[in-house]
Amino acid sequence: MKHDKTFKFITIGIIWLWLAIFAVAPNGLVFLTSLLQQGDNELVRLQLTLNSYLELFNASYLKIFVHSLLLAGCCTVLCILIGYPFAFIIARSKSRYKGFLLFLVIIPFWTSSLIRSYAIVAMLKTKGILNSLLMSLGVIDQPLHLLYSSSAVMIGLVYSLLPFMILPLYANIEKLDLRLIDAARDLGANKRTVLLRIILPLTWPGIIAGSMLVFLPAMSMFYIPDLLGGAKSVLIGNLIQNQFLTARNWPMGSALSVMLTVLMGLMLIMYWRSAKRNQDTRDLL
Amino acid sequence: MNRLTRIAYLTAVYLFFYFPIGVLIVYSFNNASYSLLWHGFTLDWYKELLTDTDLQSVAWHSLSVGLLAATLATILGTLTAVSLYRYRFRGRQLLHGMIFVMIVSPDIVMAISLLILFSTLKAPLGFWTLLLSHITFCMPFVAVTVYSRIAGLDKNIFEAAKDLGASDFTILWRVIIPLLWPAILAGWLLSFTLSLDDVIISFFVTGPDFDILPLKIFSMVKLGVKPEINALCTVMFGLTLLMVLLAQLVLRKKQ
Repeated sequence: MKHDKTFKFITIGIIWLWLAIFAVAPNGLVFLTSLLQQGDNELVRLQLTLNSYLELFNASYLKIFVHSLLLAGCCTVLCILIGYPFAFIIARSKSRYKGFLLFLVIIPFWTSSLIRSYAIVAMLKTKGILNSLLMSLGVIDQPLHLLYSSSAVMIGLVYSLLPFMILPLYANIEKLDLRLIDAARDLGANKRTVLLRIILPLTWPGIIAGSMLVFLPAMSMFYIPDLLGGAKSVLIGNLIQNQFLTARNWPMGSALSVMLTVLMGLMLIMYWRSAKRNQDTRDLL
Repeated sequence: MNRLTRIAYLTAVYLFFYFPIGVLIVYSFNNASYSLLWHGFTLDWYKELLTDTDLQSVAWHSLSVGLLAATLATILGTLTAVSLYRYRFRGRQLLHGMIFVMIVSPDIVMAISLLILFSTLKAPLGFWTLLLSHITFCMPFVAVTVYSRIAGLDKNIFEAAKDLGASDFTILWRVIIPLLWPAILAGWLLSFTLSLDDVIISFFVTGPDFDILPLKIFSMVKLGVKPEINALCTVMFGLTLLMVLLAQLVLRKKQ
């Protein structure tokens, strides 16, 4: 029994040590860095200041922030609109192929979104397949300049992130008790009422979980605007990347990252509140 | 919605998912550099990949980091899941929450936090920093995968093993791991895919001397669309497909 205690102590010790070094300490350092000043010769000067946070309200940063929030917000809404009916149909399907249908969503979930974004680049480029298809069908007679625009970024983001909306929704909708819908119907509720008062509130945790997995990455996947958007579309992710690797303003980059973390915290609180009972983390995947 | 609308809707979304990837795969076999027209089947682009020595070393980097990171993350993640299930200790809820937060948090936040850590420790960016980072972001996924299976085990088995005099280590080695190997293997496979595909975190924590496949693809794609990239992406996609398929199969087997 003494060995068991040692075993338990060592196991839990290793886990905590790892997380302390590679998860807790790094985030503490980010917060600390965000409070420092940009150095002239070295990366940061050890002097506490709130400058980086104040600078966030600078017009140019604010513009990127708002643009980024809008883009990520639109992407999230689009993913819900496309993904919800989709997840609903699969989750409620009685088909033999249900497992296979779900598997077809799991593949893009795990496939590199870089590769998938590249596929979109190949599709959308001026001499790409989409333009030739539309031209041969006679829909257009001049190739469209689809690439390097905000809509291309939006297509890339939705394409990359839609599976992250569908899977949590699926997990949630699958657990939905159909008898509740029947009960509501029996009590005289019409389709609209059933959807708004029964189905939506019960699947709300799934919607929030999915939104969290779409909204936050949508702001931070810097390679999607890099490949699809040209210079105009800059996300917070691009800004952070730029502050760290080009502008060498680490405190500013850290402050931006802290903002993202705060945003994540808010969404987590929303999720936990909506899920009330501590749900299994599995539901998210 | 009637049946036909449902089928049409599903088909449309699946087309959206698979059409671009399908086009990519088809064009990786097209015998023309820039043309959209089909010029016959060729394996030239794949042969080109095989003879590119630079690409080979990059692929080797990716594979070695992937194999090591997946293995270590699986060990760490499995230990985490088992501890969360079997032990009551201070900070258990916190650990649970942290695993969850690590999965949800945007890659870029973890990327720069690790970059700042390594720069504070004055660790040179390269193989080691990449490996440590990959273990860190894969580990929560293994923990969640294994935990979701362990919760379905019969607790009496552990009691029985204990009554028969097994130590905690023996229970882990002789009872838990044999019972959970599908989940552990699935966790390993998924970690390997995650590690092989990661762009954002690797972008920040590796140095110029240690390039890996996703970063190589990223810089190639920035220069334009080429048939070699189509071939490389097809290979990567095939590999992911294989891993996910295997993971799903082993998970389903013991359900």
